Amino acid sequence: MKRLFFLFIFAFSLNVYSAPHGDELFARHCSSCHGNDGMGGVGVPIALPAFINSVSNEYLEKTIRHGRPGRIMPAFTSLSDAQVSAIVKYVRGWADKPVLPENTEVIKGNVKRGKELFSKHCAQCHGKDGSGGKGTGVTFSRKRELPIIAPALNNVGFLAAASDTMIRDTITYGREGTPMTSMLVAGLSEEDINDVVAYIRSFEKSAAKLQQNLNRSDNDSPVIMMDSPYDLEETIENLKQAITDQNFTLIRTDFLDHGLAEAGKENKSQVVLHFCNFGFLFQALSIDPRVGMFLPCRVTVIEKDGKVQVSTINPKRLSKLFNNHELDEYCDEMYEAYKTLLEDATL
Amino acid sequence: MKIMIRYLLAFVFMSFAAPTLAADLLMVRTQQNFPEAMLTLQTSIREHGYEVTRVQRIDIGLTGMGYKTDKYRVVFVGKPKEIRYLVDKYPVLAAYMPPQISIFAEHGETVLVTANPMIYAEMITDEKDKVLFRRWESDVYSVFDDIKDADD
Repeated sequence: MKRLFFLFIFAFSLNVYSAPHGDELFARHCSSCHGNDGMGGVGVPIALPAFINSVSNEYLEKTIRHGRPGRIMPAFTSLSDAQVSAIVKYVRGWADKPVLPENTEVIKGNVKRGKELFSKHCAQCHGKDGSGGKGTGVTFSRKRELPIIAPALNNVGFLAAASDTMIRDTITYGREGTPMTSMLVAGLSEEDINDVVAYIRSFEKSAAKLQQNLNRSDNDSPVIMMDSPYDLEETIENLKQAITDQNFTLIRTDFLDHGLAEAGKENKSQVVLHFCNFGFLFQALSIDPRVGMFLPCRVTVIEKDGKVQVSTINPKRLSKLFNNHELDEYCDEMYEAYKTLLEDATL
Repeated sequence: MKIMIRYLLAFVFMSFAAPTLAADLLMVRTQQNFPEAMLTLQTSIREHGYEVTRVQRIDIGLTGMGYKTDKYRVVFVGKPKEIRYLVDKYPVLAAYMPPQISIFAEHGETVLVTANPMIYAEMITDEKDKVLFRRWESDVYSVFDDIKDADD
């Protein structure tokens, strides 16, 4: 019995703890955004030679671990160290130069001068405060030949992953195949570049505050729900009117179990109104093509035990799912629109 | 003997728990073009015992209003008994039911996205019912694996 027990443990260990396969892990966790060939899509093209040849394994590992809070790339905290290493090893296969050793040298410079130089040479793409370019996903917001979006340099994930020397080298040599040109060629001296690096590093103070704002939706309820003083039919009519009043287009009215129950045998006391504002939808998809999974807009009306309740998803709560702070403003706007709509229908 | 079984159970539990990967959004990219990917998706959904309750054409509405967009659909999915049970017991879930998978074309390839069903587990209190969402999550992974496997 004892022998059998250890045999089982051994066999099980082999299965569970066998070396992770980087290609499979990349396919499962990364390729949906970065593309099967690493040439980008919703995410940036990590297989671009100018990128993969110029970053260390440590930078890639930290990027996977920390992600880019508020900038789509999630933090893969649940992956084991072995799994992260396997992904990095797989990605490294796209490089055609030897891997760069990590250089943790701290670069000193004049932050004030760096700020001036940053405003002049970097802010146009990276934003005045280093918050990066807008939009993501070549599907809607950018052309396929422009898969690079200027990174947010004030992002806590970027600052944790990028060493001073990596930032310096990127500024010095640029990234071929992207709009990031060599600032040395553009006329900056080595001293100037060190000043810019020092300024970018100073973002760490403000990055912590930005991070706090990103956690704002944690306490929001997942739904906006209200009781209606009217009966089911009257509530539905009120909602239809409110939908039009809020500049939405009513698409259709269905039973919640449409397609689940046999036609004609649906639960008539559970109704869903589908509606849309196409201008708003287009803008939202331009910011993040993934938001479609909560579309079209819906209000659910349920009558139970003589009481009628109306509910919608809470867009504020959902913005957290996408890890895209650009969506926050839209989610806030949608929250107000949904709330007003429900209030108008139930007043 | 009892101790041995206890260790064995603990080991099995830890082994499964360790590689579990949690993500709020589940995504997959396939090299199949949009119509092929849509067919694979719907076939796999049905093979896993779920119904496709509706396919919403997002792109049609957009192009109809003059916006330029690629193919984009939202697929509503569920099992009748489970959806009925959940909505009756937890009105807070009604706005999210049935769950949706969005599918959109991206330059000859197709991307699929859905919310991890475990986000619904956070909205309910009964631990017994949370198991259902764990199964949904596992089924989504399995459906997405089918889509990925179709690339080979």
